[in-house]
This record gives sequence, C-alpha cells and structure tokens, in this order.
Amino acid sequence: MSKILIRGAKVLGGDVQDVLIDGETIAEVGTGLSAEGATVVDAEGRILLPGLVDLHTHLREPGREDSETVLTGTRAAASGGYTAVFAMANTHPVADTAGVVEQVYRLGKESGYCDVQPIGAVTVGLEGKKLAELGAMHDSAAGVTVFSDDGKCVDDAVIMRRALEYVKAFDGVVAQHAQEPRLTEGAQMNEGVVSAELGLGGWPAVAEESIIARDVLLAEHVGSRVHICHLSTAGSVEIVRWAKSRGIDVTAEVTPHHLLLTDELVRSYNPVYKVNPPLRTEKDVLALREALADGTIDIVATDHAPHPHEDKDCEWAAAAMGMVGLETALSVVQQTMVETGLLDWAGVADRMSFAPARIGRASGHGRPVSAGEPANLTLVDPAYRGVVDPADFASRSRNTPYEGRELPGRVTHTFLRGRATVVDGKLA
Amino acid sequence: MDTQQYDGDDARPVLEAPDIARVLTRIAHEIVERAKGADDVVLLGIPTRGVFLARRLAEKLESITGAKIPVGSLDITMYRDDLRLKPARAIGRTEIPGDGVDGRLVVLVDDVLFSGRTIRAALDALGDIGRPRAVQLAVLVDRGHRELPIRADYVGKNLPTSLRETVKVQLAEEDGRDTVLLGTRTAS
Amino acid sequence: MMRHLISAADLTRDDAVQILDTAEEMARVADRPIKKLPTLRGRTICNLFFEDSTRTRISFEAAEKRLSADVINFAAKGSSVSKGESLKDTAQTLEAMGVDAVVIRHGASGAPYRLATSGWIDAPVVNAGDGTHQHPTQALLDAFTMRRRLVGRDEGLGKDLAGRRITIVGDVLHSRVARSNVDLLHTLGAEVTLVAPPTLVPVGVETWPCEISYDLDRVLPKSDAVMMLRVQRERMNAAFFPTEREYSRRYGLDGDRMAKMPEHAIVMHPGPMVRGMEITAEVADSDRCTVVEQVANGVSVRMAVLYLLLGGNESATPATGTTRTEENK
Repeated sequence: MSKILIRGAKVLGGDVQDVLIDGETIAEVGTGLSAEGATVVDAEGRILLPGLVDLHTHLREPGREDSETVLTGTRAAASGGYTAVFAMANTHPVADTAGVVEQVYRLGKESGYCDVQPIGAVTVGLEGKKLAELGAMHDSAAGVTVFSDDGKCVDDAVIMRRALEYVKAFDGVVAQHAQEPRLTEGAQMNEGVVSAELGLGGWPAVAEESIIARDVLLAEHVGSRVHICHLSTAGSVEIVRWAKSRGIDVTAEVTPHHLLLTDELVRSYNPVYKVNPPLRTEKDVLALREALADGTIDIVATDHAPHPHEDKDCEWAAAAMGMVGLETALSVVQQTMVETGLLDWAGVADRMSFAPARIGRASGHGRPVSAGEPANLTLVDPAYRGVVDPADFASRSRNTPYEGRELPGRVTHTFLRGRATVVDGKLA
Repeated sequence: MDTQQYDGDDARPVLEAPDIARVLTRIAHEIVERAKGADDVVLLGIPTRGVFLARRLAEKLESITGAKIPVGSLDITMYRDDLRLKPARAIGRTEIPGDGVDGRLVVLVDDVLFSGRTIRAALDALGDIGRPRAVQLAVLVDRGHRELPIRADYVGKNLPTSLRETVKVQLAEEDGRDTVLLGTRTAS
Repeated sequence: MMRHLISAADLTRDDAVQILDTAEEMARVADRPIKKLPTLRGRTICNLFFEDSTRTRISFEAAEKRLSADVINFAAKGSSVSKGESLKDTAQTLEAMGVDAVVIRHGASGAPYRLATSGWIDAPVVNAGDGTHQHPTQALLDAFTMRRRLVGRDEGLGKDLAGRRITIVGDVLHSRVARSNVDLLHTLGAEVTLVAPPTLVPVGVETWPCEISYDLDRVLPKSDAVMMLRVQRERMNAAFFPTEREYSRRYGLDGDRMAKMPEHAIVMHPGPMVRGMEITAEVADSDRCTVVEQVANGVSVRMAVLYLLLGGNESATPATGTTRTEENK
C-alpha cells in the first residue's frame, strides 16, 4: 500500500500538523513532512479525528436485507466517518448463537468499508427468559464483548443480574435497552403535553429511568460494568450522574437525534419522527447535551435503524420505530455540541471514538493520532453547510428525520487501516 | 354585500324612496286584481332584499284587503347552478309560513330580475317544499338580459341596461335608505 | 374554513359559528316533505371506515344523501385492508375512482391528518374520529345541541357559548370526544371542566384550556351542561378503577346527582351509553337528557360541514359568505 500525506489538518481540532500514512499505520505526525512518494490530501481548514466508532448500529442482515445489508450499512458508516460499528443483535435470526455472530462478522470483513463487531443477544430470541450462549459468542471468531437485547429490555431483574455477573468472566458488558415493558404497553411517543393533545399512547420517562436505577444498583451489587443504550431523559442523566459519583461502573450513550429533536415534531404525525426511545422535550435535550459535555454520558451512538419506505409511509401507529443516523451523526454533534461551545473537537474524538472503542473493547480503534497507531482516521470539513438529501445516502434506507434540514460539516475522507474508504466526500 | 365594485361617481339613482313606495303600492293592487282578492296568496321573498320587499308588499296587501297575508323567505343558495364556480357561501334563511304553500298562490318577490337563474333555483327550491296552486313573480326592477325562459308577472320598473352597467338596490332595512342605483362596472 | 376538517382545534370562532348557523338552516330541511337538497349532486363522497361505528357512518351517510351526493361506503372489515393493503393504497384507489371527498374513521390517531397532508390524495378529508385524538363533527353537534338548549334556536344564531359552564365526565384519557369538545368549547367561549378519576386523565392535561376536577358533586351545581362519556368495562381490568360499582358511585350520574344540577342544565352523552355504568336509566330517559336530539343534530351539523367544504369550488370562509352577486339575479 502506498503512502498518503494528510497535509495541514487540525489534529483533534488542535495544532495544524501533517500526518503521513504508510501502509496500514500512521508513520509520522509533524510539520513540514515530505510528500515524496505519497498521495497528498490537502487538509487545510479541516479537522482530523480518529476513525469514529459506533457502539449501536442496526445492519439488519441477516433477515431484513430490504432495509439494510452489512455492505450498504458499512458503506453508510464509512460515509459518516466511521471505521468500526457494533452491529445489534435483533436480526432474523437473532444473533444469539456463535453461528450468527460469525456470519455477521464475516460479512463485515468482506465488505471492507469498516470493521463490524457483532453484538450478541443477552437472552435467547431476545425473549428475556433464558441466557443466550454468551461465552460461546465471545469465544467465536467474532469475539463478542458487548451483549444486548436492544429493541427489547432485559426486564427480568434476575436475568439481568445473572447476565451482568456472567460476562465478567471475559470482560464483557451488557448494554441495556432501558424500557419497563408494562409502563410502555401501546406506547407511541413521549408521554407529556404533546401526547395528551395528539391522543398517542405515552412512553413515560419513568419507564426508562426506573430500569436504569435498578440496573446501576444491580451492577454495583455484583461488581459488574453496565452500559445504558440511548439515554433520553433528564431524569436518566441524574441517575447516571449519581451512580458514577458512587463509583458504579456505568457508561451511557446518547443518540444524535435525542441531542437535537423534540416531541413537538410529532405534531406532524410523520412517522419519520417515530423512534424508540421517543423524542423527548426541550428540557431533556438540553440535559442530554450538558451530560455529554460533562462526561456523565460517555458516548454518542447512532442507533442507526434503517426501515424500508413502506414502513414509514403510513399512519403513525402502523409505522416502524427508528431512524437512520450513520451519515448525519457527526454533523448533528457538530451543530448541537461543537457550535454551541459545549464540546471541542478533542471532546468529539473522545465521545465518538476513544470512549466507544474502550467500552466495546474494540482493539485498533479509538487510538490516538500518533506514529505507530493503526491509520483509522476521519477528516472533517467543519465549514461545510449542506441540506440533507436522503437520495445521497449510501444506506439502503431513507428514513432520516433531517431531510431538508441544513446541517454543518462534512466527512471528506475516511481511512480504514490506511485505505481510503471515502475520498472527497465520496465512497471510494 | 356584492363583491362587485361600483363606481361611486358614475352611479345615479333611477328610483328614489317615493318611487319605490309607489311601485310597491301598484304591484299590491295588481296582485289583488289578478288573484281576485288575495285570499290564498303567500309572499315569499328571496334573501336578502327580496324578503324586505315581500314584507312591505304584505303590509300594503293587508291595508287593501284588510286580511293578514302570510309572508316568508325562500333561500336559493343550495339550488344555485353556479355553486362550483365560487367558494361555498353562507346560506340564507328559509322561512315558510305556518300553513305551508300547498294549494296556494305563491308570489316570489325579488329586487332585480336579470339572467333568471335565481328564479329557476327558487322554483326548484319551492318544488321541494310543497305544491302551490300557482307561482307568480314580482320584482322591483327588470333589467333584461334573460338567459332562461322566465318573465315577471309584476314589475316595478323596466330598466333597459347594457351588460357593462350595474343595478344596485338599496333598502332602508339593510342599507339605511331606499334607492335603485344605475352605475358602470369598473374594470377589475 | 380549511380544505379539510381534521381537528376541532383548527376551527376559529367564526368558522365554528358559521357551521352552527348553517346547521340550523340544514335542520329545517328535515322538517320538509322532501328532505333533500340538490347541492352536492354529482359529487361522490366515500365513507372510509377502518373502525366499526354504525351510528357515525349512518349519520354521515344521511347527511351526504340529503345533500344529493353519491355515497360509497367502505368498511375495512372483509375488504382488502384486512389483507394488508395500506391506508395509502386504499385512499389512492378511491381517488382513482373519482371520489370527491373522503370521510375517514380510523383507529390510529393522526390517520386523517396523514391522509390530508402526505400528498397521497387531493380530495378533502373529513375526520369522523381517529384513535384517541379528535372527533370534530361530534364536538360540533354537541356545541350545536348546547347552543339550541342554552341560548335558543333563533336567539343562538350568530352567537357562541360565551360564559356557559360545561362539565365533561368520564374516560378523558381514551376519549377523542373529550379532546374535540375541550378545543371547540373553549374556542366558543365556554368554561370547560373535566371530571374523572386521576387515572383516566392524560399526563400533560395541564396545558389544556380547561379545569380538572376529581369531585363530580362539587362541580354539578355550577354546570349548564353535563356531558357523560362512555366508560368501557374493560378499563377495569387495566386497573384504571377498581370496580364498576365504585366507578358508578364516584363518577356516575344518577337521579340524586342530577337533582344537584341547576334547573336549566342538560345532560348529554355521545352514545352509545353504558347504562348502569356512567349513567342510570332514570337519567338517560329523563327529558333533560339530549341523547336523541344529539343524534338528529349530528345529521344537520354534518350536512353543514360537507356543504361548507364541498359546496363551492373552494371551502367557505366567514368573510366570503355573502349574499348573491348581481350576475346571477
């Protein structure tokens, strides 16, 4: 593989430096590096970040290849600046055996656009009743370290306790989709002023918060680490903040859409805004931003959830929950966190690369931009302004809530172990 | 009010209050004469100004015959043939006197007779309400330009007009004064 | 008025008064030998009912037929909808057949709004009840009934319900009737109080333009109209209240409670009534109860709505509602 010289980028938003990639690794970082024998990427005014890592992606394969495949999903990931994604287990069949996780892992290898780290189901068939073979999935070629029934909550306290304990044997982590099922029967949107008016079944904040409270206490009791998926309420932030202050080993993620959108948008009854957990209120959005800034929330994860057109082009109640997010995540974070002054680019690198790689134990990702490290890098043009057009997406699905919205920033280049997957904003 | 614009300078009265009173008196006498006593006459005014004219005619008939004449209103909005050419409009009041119209002589009363389409609609509306012995038509002004085979039985004033001209009837009950104005349509 | 009627909240005071005034004229048609107007001759209206509701469907059908519209009834049961055809496909099929307006009843809140705004079809949409969201023609017929009884048939013309005290009792949480009535009655100047056990009041109700009370007996003496909502027995199983008997004792309207209402006050119910649950037979059959009148008024109000939406080349606005123009004399 030839050499690539990234010239004049602000590394993590800081000093302007040149970065020389040789083969799969970063050979040198400095100023005035020689371009001899290297392809030059002029990065003036751009930000260089470690390749982004998404701890929460739905790639849909196997089973729902009409909405996404590993190939289209990883192409979308690369377009969004990601070099590694964790693929959620709620496929058909469910990723609850070594066989399924190995299949997804292999498909990721074949795609070549970004690394795919399968997540294993906590319970068989996501049914919350019987532990899946967590150890076998860990020991498989996929080397699963993150386990989640995402889409469903591990609501049985005993099953959750056992899972938290069991994965300690191989440094695994359970990522909980916090949703008390009885409190959310028939739930269609955030329960509050808007749901009362629209007559849509309410998804109360307490259904998320009560599970988080229980699980941090369980994690403390058994001395395990626990990860909370897509935190969405101000109350959840308070609970996680309290848990961390007590020294409980809890980490938490927030999605880009929960950092930007509120339940007021549901007034349109447009199912493109239907998502689980639901869009909350302005107060929640502000609390989530603050928590991401102060580290209470550790990472941004997309919860990229592709759905075919017909599952959104219908009445609200009949529509599927979820939004695509890989290709807009960084722009939304730039708008909500960087341009508001809450987070600098080094902070973005931490929340979207270092920390998620650490939580998921993704070796080779989320590494510093320095000599000798794997050349997993993302180059961003923060001055870019563009209107989101789903037709431009690499994802097979178009269910974005940002259609027609102007968002800042654009990923111009993505490098996966020295190989450019995105060049000048286009998939290579 | 009419949505048309009238040229204020140009509009000139062709009938004043005393004229209007006089022609209504004459029409009342003609009705009594033709109906041989007005025993079974029912007056139905077409909203808005036809209703006021019908009430005035009823008073005059009463003073001539000494008998109370039933008077009501007949809204034709729902029977118009041009509903789809304009926005839906508020409908007027239809008020049929207590004994109904079956077997009686109904005199329809309107302010201006022009294309005849209103009267066509009124005849349709009347047909859904009952079966009069006969229907007659009284108008304050007949300005010509009929588009249907309809004529008035009682006419206050025949007023030959061009299509560029406008005829506007004002009555004290609605407009504060009695007058008929002839004007020119402004371009718009 | 708008092109569609989706929510009572979309109506201005003048829109609502115009509908009620028009409905008064429509009501007179019912007293004539020929109960029919030629107004919507040649127009086709589809009653698209994804949810069973014989009485609402029949009321719309009567209104449509009295205006001489051609009526197509489409019930979801036994149709292609149960075979998985979507709302969008169904609506587009109907429009391809030349339907001029769609009256839709749907179990999903917001389905009529989607139909009207998603670009699937061009035809005007009238909401005949969607999920637990809105039922605007029910609110209009209720307001019509109140205006007639509390203000007067002729005296009420052009007037709203300013200062009237309306109490709505029962399952507010699951009621599109309650939501529509709160919106419309507030627009018409009435003071609305909702009475229900706290379990049957939605979280977020505090922004609604009304008062909330858990004590029926305290509210009754200050009510000009009391509207009882249907309470389904199944709610008991979801722990919204302990037993039917306890519900009736605290929130049901019986003869003793009715006696606490002012002399002139009326009892309303959108039907169908659950006798013995929210209302006793004694109250339901009393002459203060307007249930039967509400049914008759429903036809007049729906005629008015259909006329104002479809009677012209565009829907009526209070400002353009005028007397005849000269060209057509």
